[in-house]
Amino acid sequence: MLNFRSPETTTLVSLANAGVCRNGKWLVRGVDFSISRGEIVTLIGPNGSGKTTTAKTAIGVLKPDEGHVERVAGLRVGYVPQKLAVDWTLPLTVERLMTLTGPLKRREIDEALAATGMLHMAKAEVQHLSGGEFQRALLARAIARKPDLLVLDEPVQGVDFSGEIALYELIKQIRNRTGCGILLISHDLHIVMAETDTVVCLNGHVCCRGTPQVVSQSPEYLKLFGRRAAGALAVYSHHHDHTHLPDGRVLHADGSITESCFPDDGHHHGEAGNIHDHEPDCGCGHHTRLQGYDGAEKRDA
Amino acid sequence: MLDDFFIRALVAGIGIAMVAGPLGCFVIWRRMAYFGDTMAHSALLGVALSLLMDLNLMVSVFVVASAVSVLLLFLQKRGALSTDALLGILSHSALSIGLVIVAFMTWVRIDLVGFLFGDILAVSRADIDIVWGGGILVVFALVYLWRPLLASTVNPELAEAEGLKPERARLFFMLLMALVIAIAMKIVGILLITSLLIIPAATARRFSSSPETMAVLASLIGAVAVAGGLFGSLHWDTPSGPSIVVAALALFVLSLLPVGRRIESAPHSSHGGHH
Repeated sequence: MLNFRSPETTTLVSLANAGVCRNGKWLVRGVDFSISRGEIVTLIGPNGSGKTTTAKTAIGVLKPDEGHVERVAGLRVGYVPQKLAVDWTLPLTVERLMTLTGPLKRREIDEALAATGMLHMAKAEVQHLSGGEFQRALLARAIARKPDLLVLDEPVQGVDFSGEIALYELIKQIRNRTGCGILLISHDLHIVMAETDTVVCLNGHVCCRGTPQVVSQSPEYLKLFGRRAAGALAVYSHHHDHTHLPDGRVLHADGSITESCFPDDGHHHGEAGNIHDHEPDCGCGHHTRLQGYDGAEKRDA
Repeated sequence: MLDDFFIRALVAGIGIAMVAGPLGCFVIWRRMAYFGDTMAHSALLGVALSLLMDLNLMVSVFVVASAVSVLLLFLQKRGALSTDALLGILSHSALSIGLVIVAFMTWVRIDLVGFLFGDILAVSRADIDIVWGGGILVVFALVYLWRPLLASTVNPELAEAEGLKPERARLFFMLLMALVIAIAMKIVGILLITSLLIIPAATARRFSSSPETMAVLASLIGAVAVAGGLFGSLHWDTPSGPSIVVAALALFVLSLLPVGRRIESAPHSSHGGHH
């Protein structure tokens, strides 16, 4: 990593109306988005909304059952999966983990470990790492191979609040230095990385999309998050014209209820006409998580 | 001095141990011990079919063990029963069908105990050629498959996303298992093959800091177990296959004793792992 790359605006991956079906059930459907070099796309949505499925489809681990996925020829992917458990019986040091999927030079390994602050742990067995250290080791592994596209599935899980900010800072630096595209899956429905270019909100389909609002512009958020966090985090306001009910049916803005919410069902109107904020409860069964960060100010200040 | 048959047994046994080491590591890492057992048990069906249809014994065992593993993959994809239930069904029914077929063939007399527990002292020169020829083939295949196999052991989706072919590696791995079972059957027998895969690898774990050292150590520990078991069997006149397994177990128990300071020297105090 850490090489300068010219800021070309090539599209690395694009999904057009992509859908994945398993056992007669659509996990996700009608997904449209693309990632270019240097761009950060964040996927958000509740559990089971198809975020991981979408990411796997984008990188070719899953084949779409409808629609198209196009990848640039020879696309080099660096992947940090959501769940990765290394069996205790497998002796694996952080250093050995780095060359798991391909050979690397000594210098490349050390640079990536240094960039993630894991150089001093190079000889440690991965089973002995804490959650945050393990995430950083996985991130180091993914960036060491100088990927064109970095796919991070909930990279801040198991990481405390200030660790989360530090990781976002690091991801931003990686993007700035290498110019790779980044597909980020966030565990949070409202707080995303500030550098995100596009937020795509999923719930079995694309519920809404947009750009996040930078926290630092709002004094209340500044007070809530602390100054350092304000640079790394941003707030995403959802713009939904329908709500997913607990039983799977869909309540539309006009008060009607249907079985599903596909664009051709006549309930989705022109995008401009229906945009309105649902704060703090924005539909989609999401509830704002802002109160969860009450303690953050004390820790960070 | 040592009798000629004993030297042959030693050479063949060490040859098997060399291959069983790295393969056994993958069996442990991938949690496939019971799967290996199932493939080994199905070898008796292979024996029965080879007698019934007058086929080469090793080829027919290899074919049946491969077929059982493919059948398991197919049944897993259907997803009606859990894997351990499927393994239990396949393992014991293949063994039983083999025994039933053998019982029907009243015109053949076979040494059932020899197949179940091995008869390493009856190893011929041709057997040694097959063991070492096949063994070298398996080791080369493992070296070639090492990276995709190891990466997909850690996480198959990660391997796939980064351009390796985990499905193909897995298929080749199962074929290698079938091959080693077909070759090793004569040495330790159908019921004990998996122990030669698993016990040396488990013993090696404590002394290894990388997957590669664990694979090499497992081979060496297996070779020591074979030699120890054979000498023991000669000395106390015990059955050779079980003696080898007992020797491997003795090494494993020794490895559990708190001698080295490996665990304390780990950079972090172990808190049971977070996974």
